[in-house]
Amino acid sequence: MTLAALDERALRSRLRGPGLTLHLPPFVVRLHSDVPRVATDLLRLYGDCDLGRDDEFVDFHLAVNYDRGLHALWRRLAGRRQARFSTDGLAAFTTLPATQAFHMIEWGLNWAVTAHAHHYVVYHAAVLERGGRALVLPAPPGSGKSTLTAALAQRGWRLLSDELALLDPRDGRLYGLARPVNLKNQAIALMRAFAPGAVLTEPVPDTLKGTLSLMKAPGDAIARVREGARAAWIVVPSFEAGAEASLEPLPKAQAHLLLAEQAFNYDIHGVDGFEATADLVDGADCRAFTYSRLDDAVRVFDTLAAAS
Amino acid sequence: MKRPLLVDVLLAPAESARRLSPADWDLLIRQARRANLIARLATALEPQLDALPAAPVRHLRAALLIARRQRIATRWEAECIRRALVPLGMQPILLKGAAYLLCDLPAAQGRLFGDVDLLVPRARIGAAEAGLIAAGWAFDAEISDYDSRYYREWMHEIPPLYHRQRDTALDLHHTILPPTARVQVNTAALFEDTRELPGLPGLRVLAPVTMFLHSAAHLFHEGELDNGLRDVFDLDALLRDFGRDPAFWAALVPRARALGLTRPLFHALRYTTRLLGTPVPADVMREAAADSPRWQSLLDACYERALLPVHPSCDGPLTAPARLALYVRSHWLRMPTGLLARHLARKAWLRLQPPAEAQAA
Repeated sequence: MTLAALDERALRSRLRGPGLTLHLPPFVVRLHSDVPRVATDLLRLYGDCDLGRDDEFVDFHLAVNYDRGLHALWRRLAGRRQARFSTDGLAAFTTLPATQAFHMIEWGLNWAVTAHAHHYVVYHAAVLERGGRALVLPAPPGSGKSTLTAALAQRGWRLLSDELALLDPRDGRLYGLARPVNLKNQAIALMRAFAPGAVLTEPVPDTLKGTLSLMKAPGDAIARVREGARAAWIVVPSFEAGAEASLEPLPKAQAHLLLAEQAFNYDIHGVDGFEATADLVDGADCRAFTYSRLDDAVRVFDTLAAAS
Repeated sequence: MKRPLLVDVLLAPAESARRLSPADWDLLIRQARRANLIARLATALEPQLDALPAAPVRHLRAALLIARRQRIATRWEAECIRRALVPLGMQPILLKGAAYLLCDLPAAQGRLFGDVDLLVPRARIGAAEAGLIAAGWAFDAEISDYDSRYYREWMHEIPPLYHRQRDTALDLHHTILPPTARVQVNTAALFEDTRELPGLPGLRVLAPVTMFLHSAAHLFHEGELDNGLRDVFDLDALLRDFGRDPAFWAALVPRARALGLTRPLFHALRYTTRLLGTPVPADVMREAAADSPRWQSLLDACYERALLPVHPSCDGPLTAPARLALYVRSHWLRMPTGLLARHLARKAWLRLQPPAEAQAA
């Protein structure tokens, strides 16, 4: 049974009560929330995901609930209600305006994966797949990685992940959770124009990162989420206003250093983490990509996929 | 009170793990994570991991990786401390987690800890501080003048140090309990009972009996018991390991008297036996119990709740009051009433003040 089988009312009462157990392979999560909007966004973005049972093993217990107490009452009266993220009853991070509740679940789940899932080497990178081969886009924030990922996912590339690339050192394959893509500020309108069929959440203005929206993983990304892929290309994107698209070779040592820097648990894996990253880089064509227009980018990556 | 699932499994890993349902595994991993015992659980279950359900085993293997990483990092940290201080003519003593690990004690198996604790004589604190700073350690720039003075005047340690490159934490102590504490530790006697660390010439650890008494004193003066159950398992592991030598038991009570630590010794023996069934010879228990306080049954009621994992599944209606009572007790033990009142008043006053930047603006 998928999440879409629940109506919004039933979903809300489950989130307030026993919790919603959701299969996000390779993980199982249980969510709790008393913020109504969470149900709306969940249905829109995770409707195709399988529901779990109440008595199964759950990897991460996550909650985002309204902040309580006297100071919370004051903020509520002032119309600035806050919500707090917690894992298994332990509050983490600071409170944020309740309008960002759903984003807090997304951030909280990312945090839980990076803090606990050390059976993978976890990199801060996007992963897409085509013809059984994976494209890895490692990038520091601000490089336009998410916008590029959203665009490619709307044009024939299967989305594995926008934020976290999970490398299984045992089979050398990359996995993702086919979770929504983060879009912010101008990228939201850009993506609506680029792919009118894309499913986006209602934008949340005035966050620390600006205006935020999430785009549902398109096509068969969720149905095929268990299919990992070996990296064929590691491409470091950088957005430059007005630039012509150009794809330059990137020295492998540099690609390795960049991935190591963008890894969350490189040190925990020690020598194995080094070897796994070296194998990843060895098996892939490494490039640096500069662009300004999404259509150019799609064309360049189509050529790349067709050529080798 | 019902014993938490985590304790049952840790005490009999081979038999209990095979009988767990998926929901039991879910609870077990949550309790273990919250009690900071997940790597110890993983170590206890390591021989049978391949036969256990894959989903929880992934979390256990992840914990084993963290423990392995910590072993490597702690060895290197100790070596860096050695290079910074031994050439200055010091023989610093490593305490607690780092000491268990570098002595390869069973208590170190899967024990996760945050910082390295180091002990030097009070007269050498300035030199040690200077040596560490020269080697790349630094104080937290955010620490307030009041807190800094509080550490230096009334505590048994100076403000925590961090290494600039490795981001590791180091607590530098000159004794094991605050000088203001009601229990007066015989610090000179502490320094007489140490051993050299094999492979790290110049670094030392406390000898077994004193090492155990320090662990006991630390836990039973602690106010925040988030790691309480982990520390009880430490005491249990130390007793089972050191206790194979009859000389350990013979020396325990006399040494506790010499150091002024008879009360924490009694509590350590009482709660390891009551919570974990640790074997303690009856005569040692009797001798230690000579120093039991009058309100022992109240302390039992508090500790037997507060030493469980800080997880909703282990909380009863009296858990929160028990934790609060022990928190208050720890402060009462730490300093005389007048000083405590001054300290709390000062803290409350500072909290009412706007931060420094706001004042400047």
